Amino acid sequence: MVAALTRVFGVHNLALAEDVVQDAFCRAVEVWKFRGVPENPSAWLMATAKHRALDILRRQRTARIFAPELERLLESEWTLAPVIEEVFAPGAIKDNLLRMMFSCCHPRLPEAAQVALVLHILCGVSVSEIASAFVSAHAAIEKRITRAKKVLATSKSLFDALDPAQFSARLPAVHRALYLLFNEGYHGASAETVVRMELCREAMRLTAVLLDHPIGTTPVTYALAALMSLHAARLPARVDAAGNLVALCDQDRSRWDQELAVEGMKLLELSATGSELTEYHIEAAIASVHARAPRMDDTDWEKVVSLYDTLMTIRPSPIVALNRAIAIAQNKGPERGLEEIGSITDADRLAKYPFYSAALGELELRRGSHETAREHFGAALALARNPMERRFFDQRIGACERGGAQ
Amino acid sequence: MSEFTFLFRGRATSGSPEEMQKHMEKWVAWFKEISAKGQIKDPGHPLAPTGQTVTGKQKIITDGPYVEAKDLVGGYMLVEAKDLAHAVEISKGCPILEAGGAVEVRPIEQLTL
Repeated sequence: MVAALTRVFGVHNLALAEDVVQDAFCRAVEVWKFRGVPENPSAWLMATAKHRALDILRRQRTARIFAPELERLLESEWTLAPVIEEVFAPGAIKDNLLRMMFSCCHPRLPEAAQVALVLHILCGVSVSEIASAFVSAHAAIEKRITRAKKVLATSKSLFDALDPAQFSARLPAVHRALYLLFNEGYHGASAETVVRMELCREAMRLTAVLLDHPIGTTPVTYALAALMSLHAARLPARVDAAGNLVALCDQDRSRWDQELAVEGMKLLELSATGSELTEYHIEAAIASVHARAPRMDDTDWEKVVSLYDTLMTIRPSPIVALNRAIAIAQNKGPERGLEEIGSITDADRLAKYPFYSAALGELELRRGSHETAREHFGAALALARNPMERRFFDQRIGACERGGAQ
Repeated sequence: MSEFTFLFRGRATSGSPEEMQKHMEKWVAWFKEISAKGQIKDPGHPLAPTGQTVTGKQKIITDGPYVEAKDLVGGYMLVEAKDLAHAVEISKGCPILEAGGAVEVRPIEQLTL
């Protein structure tokens, strides 16, 4: 709804758009209290917002500059109502979402701000929810969003996502933001499981909107969607009944969402056209190797390692190197894995990453050095970012102690 | 470039809601088309068929424009065109013509004192 209103008011009037939506919700609370909730609440809200927008546009016709690309059409009663009708039409809502999505990924905004903005404006996630999802202070997120909105306001007209040249120029930034959004939900440090799932779902929804549009349907978008589906397929098994994190090797694979996995495989196939090979392709391919293995032992580790090798050439990072080392350990034993971890060049960047210590611990445990393993898990525990991680490392420490006593 | 006023006479008031909707869509499409070409100086507005007319020194007020529906001015617009022929050419795209209406193309007169 905010996206549709911003389409008519212009990006610089984002606050006005948000006010109108807020207003519609307030009216709803008042009216529904007496008359009950209407049959189609979202249509009611949409209609209310639409009327309010018409009011504002008529009243402030000359006082304000609205969306420049629509200005002519909003100026005159000949076209005002039909244009508003058009902008709020169900088909157009998707276009508006797309436009807003691309506007949020403004090149002058840091990636973290883009993600926060997408969440706030497109997903309607409140500032405090975003703060809790990103483990930062409410005030910090508020500031980040306010600053980001100011940058947007300088552009006035909504990004014309339907112009193919502009579209492809900004598409990588949009992919990146959606990827980060998904990752935040999947690996993020949030304490609340619910919020995390929600972030993944929102990222998938927006990616689907992108895929739904002819110009968004690129191999890279398919790869991104495949990656999300394949990862999301594992979500149900990632946390056990008690809310504890479960490592990939211990997951009950019968709880994996087969439908999503199949969908992911299909998307991955669709992504395999054209000449561009991105990190999304590779990460999706790695996830597909896991999805294909009914048991941990069936995993084609050689394939996983070679995919990580490719990933290291496209987008080298210590985290990728760490994951590669873990795959090598699965394939060739913990000693080789530890050697690989030891040879990670910029390992100091992993110092704060709890799963770096945890990986060391796991491999030491596997080769029987319980005492060293215990120390590593202790370090991981000290770095844990939420209760779920803390419980997980606690349990691993327990495993070391039991192993040591034998 | 010169300015012309388009006076739209006669308006489609009958027809099913679907027909009206279709008609409006055509109208918006035409607007967008000539607007994109930079031919609209001022989009003007549609005019309600009601109102009052003030006449003469005595300022006599009568209800309504009292003309036949087909002659009623239903709206106006200011257009930029090379010359009258060009302006007339632009007016031919107006959907009102399909609904049995008329477009009166009138050059703006530049008064010299």
